[in-house]
Amino acid sequence: MEQHKLTSRFIFIFSLFLLSGLMACQRSDKTENKESLGREHNLVEIIGEEKAILTSPPFVPPPIARKHATKVIIDLEVIELEQEIADGVSYVFWTFGGTVPGSFIRIREGDYVEFHLKNHPDNKLPHNIDLHAVTGQGGGAEATFAAPGYEAVFNFTALNPGLFVYHCATAPVGMHIANGMYGLILVEPKEGLLKVDKEFYVMQGDFYTEGSYGESGLQPFDMNKAIKEQPDYVVFNGKVGALTGENTLKAKAGETVRLFVGNGGPNLVSSFHVIGEVFDNVYMEGGSLKNHDIQTTLVPAGGSAITEFKVEIPGDFILVDHSIFRAFNKGALGILEVDGEENKLIYSGKSEPGIYQPSAEAGKPKKKSEETFALTPEQQLALGEKLYKINCAACHLNDGNGVTNIFPPLKNSDYFNKDITKAIAPVVNGLSGEITVNGQKYNSVMPKQALTDAETAAVLNYVYQIMNESKTTVKPEDVKKVRK
Amino acid sequence: MHFNRIIFIGLGLGLAFSSLKGQQTSYSDGEMAFIPGGNYFPFFSGKEDQEKVDPFYIDRFPVTNREFETFLADHPQWSKKNIKSLFADAGYLKHWKQDSGFESDITMSPVVFVSWFAAQKYCECMGKRLPTTTEWELVAEAGKTRPDGRNEEGFTRLILGMASKPNPATHPEVGKTLLNYYGVWDMHGLIWEWTYDFNSALGTGGSRSDSNAENTLFCGGGSGKAKDVDDYAAFLRHALRSSLKANYTVSNVGFRCAKDADKP
Ligand code: HEC
Ligand SMILES: [Cu+2]
Repeated sequence: MEQHKLTSRFIFIFSLFLLSGLMACQRSDKTENKESLGREHNLVEIIGEEKAILTSPPFVPPPIARKHATKVIIDLEVIELEQEIADGVSYVFWTFGGTVPGSFIRIREGDYVEFHLKNHPDNKLPHNIDLHAVTGQGGGAEATFAAPGYEAVFNFTALNPGLFVYHCATAPVGMHIANGMYGLILVEPKEGLLKVDKEFYVMQGDFYTEGSYGESGLQPFDMNKAIKEQPDYVVFNGKVGALTGENTLKAKAGETVRLFVGNGGPNLVSSFHVIGEVFDNVYMEGGSLKNHDIQTTLVPAGGSAITEFKVEIPGDFILVDHSIFRAFNKGALGILEVDGEENKLIYSGKSEPGIYQPSAEAGKPKKKSEETFALTPEQQLALGEKLYKINCAACHLNDGNGVTNIFPPLKNSDYFNKDITKAIAPVVNGLSGEITVNGQKYNSVMPKQALTDAETAAVLNYVYQIMNESKTTVKPEDVKKVRK
Repeated sequence: MHFNRIIFIGLGLGLAFSSLKGQQTSYSDGEMAFIPGGNYFPFFSGKEDQEKVDPFYIDRFPVTNREFETFLADHPQWSKKNIKSLFADAGYLKHWKQDSGFESDITMSPVVFVSWFAAQKYCECMGKRLPTTTEWELVAEAGKTRPDGRNEEGFTRLILGMASKPNPATHPEVGKTLLNYYGVWDMHGLIWEWTYDFNSALGTGGSRSDSNAENTLFCGGGSGKAKDVDDYAAFLRHALRSSLKANYTVSNVGFRCAKDADKP
């Protein structure tokens, strides 16, 4: 090891010696030592000019192809707007570019940036921006301070490579950040980043509302909760469910994935983890140090991390803040859905599908009904039995005989056996009012059960085929049709 | 017996209150409220720096579009057409029609898109002046029932909520938000207002600025200097003022006037 270092240093010095003769005046070609202090060597020749492409989360602008520094013009608009923080719950966000987190900015080490911050005329308040990538007073905060309807401009050179947070720094700072004023700027190292198939932008933030989690309507910012650091919401990309359901991140088995992960805070530190994956590489705290084989990486408030991994097998990989109550009770949950061929050697498959059942409230993860149905009939019945014991036995009893006058029987029930629609409906929609089962009247209430289509099919098939020894089969599609 | 008395007192209070309100809710142009003055602790200072505020009068309502139009009729050099660019930038009275006048639904709304110069001129022509920041803040501190609203249940939360909502498409009429202890309307929740010395204390709104003592006021840590670090609404107002220049015209910045109490 030591020997190797010495040799490479020798080669390095030797080649410098050779090169210095050839290109004595081209500073940009000097290979700098990252251990040394100062990055003035990044004040290199600026060639050309371009407008930065900005993207909304979870998307990331394309990698930088050029091999030289350039002048980059960045236009970022501050917009205050009311938007959903969870289904049925809205919040007044203050944003960079109309989204939380703000637009993703991608530049290259040594680039000379002309930054325009535009405060929309309809905004109520002044704002500014502090980019952690900037070397200089306030990270640009004073230089960009702008009243509603005004624009501010400043210039800087991106001296240090890395993934940096930017945020508003107008008093009261905590409130501006708590309302969503943060985002990420990537300063790509000169040598570029490893080529990967998929890149995504994920940023965590904590939110403080007067109503508690899930309370509907427009929820104002709650200063006292913010000061006590007791958030109601901890979310990725500004909303419960921003990365689940329709919005899951998608990749194919065998692809390489890079997540640019940030944490806007204002208060919490994130223990970022992807359930079912190990990060092959992590650029710790978004800097140059690359660590390997990491399970959970810490993302400080006002900090970042870059994680890289290969998704070897299909499945739903769940992004969480591993301070786990935040994931299941406050919204810090996302899904990376990977399609493709199974590899039983890496992962044997699912003898118990649905083990991972995030709470329906904390984002609505897309359950793969087809997949559950693709189980062998025996596996499905086993699943059905399990679900029956958990969800139905409390009322209809283990043997399905029910309780006379209170809970109707499911075993040998004429009501149940007549028509699958009548069997499905109580489970997915609930049932109340008078019904007659085997000549006996029942007039009570059955609450609807929180089961997916596939799970409902499995539990009903168990009741039909095992309890009632019938051949009736319910398919998830049948359930879907009945669900209101 | 006891019940009766309680009801009686309750009624009495109710009557007193409604008569007070009756007298004070009615709108009339340029009507002022008397503020007895007193000792005021500026927002960014220690206890030792308290300021003595002399008695003064302040407009009970922000200046409306209609009042401002009347003023322009007498002072055409301040009209949208004639104003010198030195005194107001291109956004001056942007919410008005091209040449003059405005849609009738904003007649009684506060005038906005006015520069500091135009606001000060208006007050001058009325024999008044803009209130100082200290005077303005002293009036804004009042709750519904007492001079210091910050001890009033829910007051801080209420005004913070109003301060952080987005602007409506057009500003509603004056005299609809909050009537305070002094009989002054709309100190919170309608618009921001120019003060005479709007940019004196603060310099910039950059939170991270350490270049001079004043700027540390804005620093997350340095805000320890503020007299009430929980008064977020005050932070918002101070930040807004410090983002302005005297020729700026902003969609939610208007004004009201004040004058010394010894002046007749
Ligand atoms: C909280 C108690 C409770 C639970 C749990 C419950 N049920 Fe019911 N169920 C009832 C009641 C009460 C009725 C009768 C409702 C009425 O009279 O309107 C009923 C009626 C039914 C019926 C129609 C009547 C019949 O006997 O054919 C079906 C089918 C049924 N339940 C299936 C299920 C299944 C499957 C589950 C589990 C997924 C389940 N129930 C869970 C209380 C419950
Ligand atoms: Cu801001």
